[in-house]
Amino acid sequence: MSEITLTSTTFQKEALESKMPVLVDFWAPWCGPCKMMGPVIAEIAVEYKGKVSVGKLNVDDHGDIASRYSVMSIPTLLLFKGGKVVDQWVGVLSKADLKKGIEKHL
Amino acid sequence: MTQYDVIIIGGGAAGFSSGIYTSRRLLKTLILSKDIGGQTALTTEIENYPGVDFADGTALMMKFKEQAEKFGCEFDIDEVVGIKKDGELFLLMTATGKEYVTRSVILAFGMSPKNLDVLGEAKFVGRGVSYCATCDAPLYKGKNVAVVGGGNSALDATEYLGRLAAKVYLIHRRNEFRGDEILEARVRKLKNVELVFESVVTEVVGDDRVRGVRVNHVTTNEQRKIECDGVFVAIGHVVKARWLGDLVDYDAIGHIHANKLSETKTPGLFAAGDVVSGSFKQIATASGEGVSAALRCYQYLTKTTGRLLAPDWDIKKK
Repeated sequence: MSEITLTSTTFQKEALESKMPVLVDFWAPWCGPCKMMGPVIAEIAVEYKGKVSVGKLNVDDHGDIASRYSVMSIPTLLLFKGGKVVDQWVGVLSKADLKKGIEKHL
Repeated sequence: MTQYDVIIIGGGAAGFSSGIYTSRRLLKTLILSKDIGGQTALTTEIENYPGVDFADGTALMMKFKEQAEKFGCEFDIDEVVGIKKDGELFLLMTATGKEYVTRSVILAFGMSPKNLDVLGEAKFVGRGVSYCATCDAPLYKGKNVAVVGGGNSALDATEYLGRLAAKVYLIHRRNEFRGDEILEARVRKLKNVELVFESVVTEVVGDDRVRGVRVNHVTTNEQRKIECDGVFVAIGHVVKARWLGDLVDYDAIGHIHANKLSETKTPGLFAAGDVVSGSFKQIATASGEGVSAALRCYQYLTKTTGRLLAPDWDIKKK
């Protein structure tokens, strides 16, 4: 798996202090649309290796982070750059559209 | 621009079923859908789909999708927002600005949750406004939420949220519910549920996320602000098909008229599943109608293009 598993304790270092932009997938095991986005996220992680790091954050286990970024619906994808949210997507979207969105910030 | 034989709008039970059949007939097929699996994907327990004892809606719909793709059907997540008929061809425009040309279209985009149509609602979608308790309720553990509606889906949402949230306000415009009595009894027993009868939501308020709703009493006109972190809208579903203009006829509630062969009034434009007037809104019926539409569409194309009939056996799998 090329995605990193983020937790409340690793979020600061691995998402906010990362030198690379970080795409964070807020998901939960009970969320159907999240499961559908899963394969897309995995492919993005492989294709952007070395350019964007991709992290998965389980909102059930780490609700504090979800709540800090006002994530009220999942799947939500947040793109962090230099510790700040530069883009976000709520709900399922196509890989092509997500790639187009990511490219804007590279 | 690639020209498709058929573009199916909607990726639910009807759409994927159409896609399986048109692809197996070697028609160049694309499914455009704003989600994957439609309403079925939001159902956690399915027990009435023949041949499948028990299924999770998401898993079942992923199977439908894989099966269509196995035969060469293309799929993209995008919402079709415009359609034009140009001679025997159709031109489709999507929300992300893409355009597609196709010889035929199958309308299978089902129903969408009805909006409240009040100030603030659209602004806070995904920021506290939700149309799916099954999807989003767990994110409101220990918070205050409002549920709007008075039927089974509102009662369901209230019962589910009642177990997770600190407090649930159930806002309903009448003074009695229209759902099942058993469900109502269960909701009435929940200590953290406040029933706000004869009231309508007039505004969703917040800053970067929802902070509350303003409600109006329908008889006294008294106003009240309810502080909450989430608003679950459960006032039913509608077919959002008016963007099709006069290419189709609609019934009194906006569903599309199609005959038994899935034909609308425009040649080459077919409809299947929940979008069709009088449909039963079941996975099995939607799936069956999707198949009918695909086969009728195939007959239409062989007639208009003069192409030889391709059998659906002995075809190459992708």
